[in-house]
Amino acid sequence: MNISNRLLALAASVLLVAPASAQMDFTGEWPVVRAQDNTDNPHLGEYVGLPLSAEAIRRAEIWDASIQSLPEWQCRPHSGAYIKRGPSNLRIWKDVDPASRQIVAFQAEWLRSVNTPIYMDGRERPPEFAAHTWGGFSTGEWEGDRLRVRTTHLKEDYYRRNGVPQSDKATLTEYLIRRRFNDEDYLTWLIVAYDPVYLTEPLVRSTEYRLDLNQRVPPYPCTIVTEVVRPEGYVPHFLPGTNDQIFSFSDTYGLPRTLYFDGAETMYPEYRSKLRNALRTPADQ
Amino acid sequence: MTRKANIAGIARPLRHALAAVILLIAAGDSALAQDNRGSELGAELNWWPVRENSWMLVGAGANITASVGPDGVFLVNAGEAQASERVLSALDELQAQLNAFGVLEGRTPERGGAETRSRLPVNTRGPAKPIRYIVNTSPLGHNTGGNAALAASGVTYSGGNVAGTIGDSSDGAAILAHENVLLRMVEEQAPFEALPTDSFFVDEYKLSTFFNDEGIRIVHVPAATTDGDSIVYFRGSDVIAAGDLFDMESFPIIDVDRGGHIDGVLDGLNFILNLAIPEFRTEGGTMVIPGRGRLSDSADVGYYRDMLTIIRDQVQHLIDRGMSLEQVVAERPTYGYEGRFGSDAGAWTTEMFIEAVYRSLSDDR
Repeated sequence: MNISNRLLALAASVLLVAPASAQMDFTGEWPVVRAQDNTDNPHLGEYVGLPLSAEAIRRAEIWDASIQSLPEWQCRPHSGAYIKRGPSNLRIWKDVDPASRQIVAFQAEWLRSVNTPIYMDGRERPPEFAAHTWGGFSTGEWEGDRLRVRTTHLKEDYYRRNGVPQSDKATLTEYLIRRRFNDEDYLTWLIVAYDPVYLTEPLVRSTEYRLDLNQRVPPYPCTIVTEVVRPEGYVPHFLPGTNDQIFSFSDTYGLPRTLYFDGAETMYPEYRSKLRNALRTPADQ
Repeated sequence: MTRKANIAGIARPLRHALAAVILLIAAGDSALAQDNRGSELGAELNWWPVRENSWMLVGAGANITASVGPDGVFLVNAGEAQASERVLSALDELQAQLNAFGVLEGRTPERGGAETRSRLPVNTRGPAKPIRYIVNTSPLGHNTGGNAALAASGVTYSGGNVAGTIGDSSDGAAILAHENVLLRMVEEQAPFEALPTDSFFVDEYKLSTFFNDEGIRIVHVPAATTDGDSIVYFRGSDVIAAGDLFDMESFPIIDVDRGGHIDGVLDGLNFILNLAIPEFRTEGGTMVIPGRGRLSDSADVGYYRDMLTIIRDQVQHLIDRGMSLEQVVAERPTYGYEGRFGSDAGAWTTEMFIEAVYRSLSDDR
């Protein structure tokens, strides 16, 4: 066993044997260290790694980015299923009960988003017919030093900023894990999304944040304006089978155009061999 | 045995002896009363607070919006006939709990150092307020089925010459609706007691005075799910009861035979979007109570509008290519939304919705 594997095993054992009553403080300013979606904008048609249902692929296919210019879309934040992977830094603070000094909630805020409270006071989850929000309704419970978060009541939104839909039936199981490495504090935010409408399997993603005492999350006011003069009720979209833009990803990287139909298969290592075979030219064979 | 309603947002239910509710008028068995496409009676009724006086009652077949306050009860829609007894019990129960906190008193009890009255009698609360108005947002049974029983339990306002000359003018709650709702219900032989008592034939009916401290607008949406649709806007609490044109449980139930049209549904949704103002980041602010399903806001209405516009455009495109209804259904223009709003079985299927859109847009009416 090499050193890194030993460290990994040690970390795992620490997590497993941590007492149930242990707690960790997540408050602070957390810039993103590395996240797939904050390093670049995804290509149109870049659906690899997402276990999309056939209906989700249809939605993504007919999606037109111009919809973002509609008044109803201009000031929408990223929702709770996406923002933790999105292009935004994070601030976390605590609400504390004035009498008991117990944590009522961790409040998480991202740039261009809404506050997301993670309730720690055991409050009841609202019924399904309550309003859904961008952040959803989140409750947390300790698993040793990790915080396990359950999020429901999300609005419809997207898993990736290229028209891949997330339904308002989606729920999240999340884990917040804080650790020290090279004398710096890191926060791993693990998100498992379950979506009976648009995902065929759970979607597991994570983001790394690093504590930075000098960070500020600035305000982000938004004003709705008429960006494009259009007839009332006009909604930009493509008719099925007419959107060539979705081939942007496959054409850019020389991949087969059929890959965007492959859904959950694209999450697994075996998919690489399928791609290799697809890319192999007759001369190679 | 009458099932009790769950009242969310009030932490500790009071033990309260409910007065027996006697249904004076049995529910009618007209075609409209039986027309409950898409509706399902819940195992229990649930109250959900919306804002200020506004509440949403879930489980009576369709959502019922209620303004409950010092002036009494204003309902938008009456639910299924079979749910009426439970709706009345739920209203009594809600008012009993609101009464316990003095919400229905409408004024602060006077007290002072020189006051000779005991504090305890001041805290004695009055009886539940009656239903004053019921608005029907369409003639369909899940909205009008409870009209007769709920109206009979209520007392409306009367005044001027009427009050002095017609002894029973205030008997029962007033039932407000667009004239086409009345015409449809008469045409389909709904019982007299279930018919709207006050109808309007213009674009909008405004309640003459404030009710529970706010103005209320009833806005007709021509040719939406039927030709009698209205939405109800509570101006003070900033709540819109959208009726059937916004349904968070399914594609909208468009009754083409009763004058419905997909474009009217879209007009209604766009009207709501123009009226609504979000609180922050396109969330909250003006709250919208759908015909069925969860409480919503303008962002949710926006999604629904987007979806129906896209489906409408796809169906229109297929019609323009000369496709028949069967061919359009086979093309599945709803694909992408079926997992959320569609159904292969039940009273309102995806295929029925596609047919309604097709008939709206083609000359096949």
